[in-house]
Amino acid sequence: MKMTMSQKLLAKKAGLKSVRAGQLIMADLDLVLGNDITAPVAINEFDKFGKKDVFDKDKIALVPDHFAPNKDIKAAEQCSCMRNFAKKNEITNYFEVGQMGVEHALLPEQGLVTAGDLVIGADSHTCTYGALGAFSTGVGSTDMACGMATGQAWFKVPSAIKFNLTGKFNKNVGGKDLILHIIGMIGVDGALYQSMEFAGEGVKNLTIDDRFTVANMAIEAGGKNGIFPVDEIALKYLIDHGAKVPTIFEADSDAEYEEVYDIDLSTIKSTVSFPHLPENAKTFDEFDDNIKIDQVVIGSCTNGRLSDLQKAAKILKGHKINDNVRCIVLPATQQIWKDAMHEGLFDIFIDSGCAVSTPTCGPCLGGHMGILSEGERAVSTTNRNFVGRMGHVKSEVYLAGPEVAAASAITGFITDPNTIEEK
Amino acid sequence: MESKGKVFRYGDNVDTDVIIPARYLNTSVHSELAKHCMEDIDSNFADNVKDGDIIVGDKNFGCGSSREHAPIAIKASGVSCVIAKSFARIFYRNSLNIGLPILECEEACNNIEAGDEVEVNFDTGLIKNITKNKEFQAEPFPPFMQELIKAGGLAAYIKNREENK
Repeated sequence: MKMTMSQKLLAKKAGLKSVRAGQLIMADLDLVLGNDITAPVAINEFDKFGKKDVFDKDKIALVPDHFAPNKDIKAAEQCSCMRNFAKKNEITNYFEVGQMGVEHALLPEQGLVTAGDLVIGADSHTCTYGALGAFSTGVGSTDMACGMATGQAWFKVPSAIKFNLTGKFNKNVGGKDLILHIIGMIGVDGALYQSMEFAGEGVKNLTIDDRFTVANMAIEAGGKNGIFPVDEIALKYLIDHGAKVPTIFEADSDAEYEEVYDIDLSTIKSTVSFPHLPENAKTFDEFDDNIKIDQVVIGSCTNGRLSDLQKAAKILKGHKINDNVRCIVLPATQQIWKDAMHEGLFDIFIDSGCAVSTPTCGPCLGGHMGILSEGERAVSTTNRNFVGRMGHVKSEVYLAGPEVAAASAITGFITDPNTIEEK
Repeated sequence: MESKGKVFRYGDNVDTDVIIPARYLNTSVHSELAKHCMEDIDSNFADNVKDGDIIVGDKNFGCGSSREHAPIAIKASGVSCVIAKSFARIFYRNSLNIGLPILECEEACNNIEAGDEVEVNFDTGLIKNITKNKEFQAEPFPPFMQELIKAGGLAAYIKNREENK
């Protein structure tokens, strides 16, 4: 049949035996997601469709996470708009401040996505759920409105790039380093309109959190989705989080790929993406250790999960944040917050001089909770380093994993975590 | 359908954060968004743009966030069309869904400079650089997409279609 994993999933959801790259299909959705920035635009459009009710109140998720807890009056009004819509339509999966977290960490944690699902979200990082073997992709607000009204969306079936993984990561290297390396290799439009399919015996050496991080940033290579095969690690996660019964799709052995890349995980080094594009990826042997920083952000839908906090805490333990640095830690969900607290990670963070925030996307998109002034530099575990992304148009964001972020917070310069003494 | 205007010229990877910075996303009022359109790469854009003007970019125009506010801000600025060598996929979809015509044409992009007067025919896909007296052929929109753009976007198009059933 020559279909990729993504194509097989899309064929099933479109009620077709097979699909080919480039084909336009109408497919049934398992979940439609929106947040406090994108949902108000969608709600405004929804009214224009002339439909009274949403297609399924259990298959819509609304999360006020971007400018929430409300950062100002206008943001408060946007959150009210979404809250009122959720109440009026009895949306089951509306998460109020107090339950909410960063959406792409929250939805899998709540068991709302399972393997084989087709998910659209009015947020570009919706591609995160590919870690669980779902086809999930970011759309705009009009598509979200159409999805909420009809339960369907149209897709152009993507071709794919295959990443064949082998080996194991070295110490202090993880999913973020892998995806920054890949984006550096293929560019910010290297997978434009395409699926990024991960395969090979190295997949088993990636934790589920590594996979979330990798799938999350597929969009930063222009990808339509990133997707992993469903193995025991993914199934265990789904069971532990009470997800629906999974449907497992596998790529055909003769599936066609536009490109195939072989990557030995043991060759991946700690990687930093320089301003102002994620493709400006460099390893520590490619730049000098004199890049002075003002802020470190550890969190986001890319790296705000428990294992990310554990990695940062391991480096920070017994050290102090540099006097010239503000280090802000944002656990991505309330559950992660609680787990981190019980494990004693907050003692490490606070003793070292970090600020710990309630869950929010806040600083990642220059919203609130850590905006940069003119000329300031941040090392951030987030996903974008575009001009003005975290604040002033003349500020700079360097993307990295939690280990590099923590090490840099200690020294005040962008720092290889392997040079920090473990205490 | 046709459009004609002066060109604002940008390069590769114009991302949605520079098209409309997130600090202005606490509103979805179209005219408010237009005031800050392109602010972080071209602080004079909002003051200088006139109805009908055209934006020309290079590769991967509209990359980044899924914010529909980006094409909304461009459309609300009065821009009649965006031409680029390629578009990021969410931006592409969003633009058409809100009725902002966008065309991919590498050759046109290689031969259009800032300030050129350009005319675009959406029915035929013909792009004319009046200043340089050159013509380029982009793929025209299929009839349904022309209807959708004329209707002003996907929601209005679907509503019209339902009413005319």
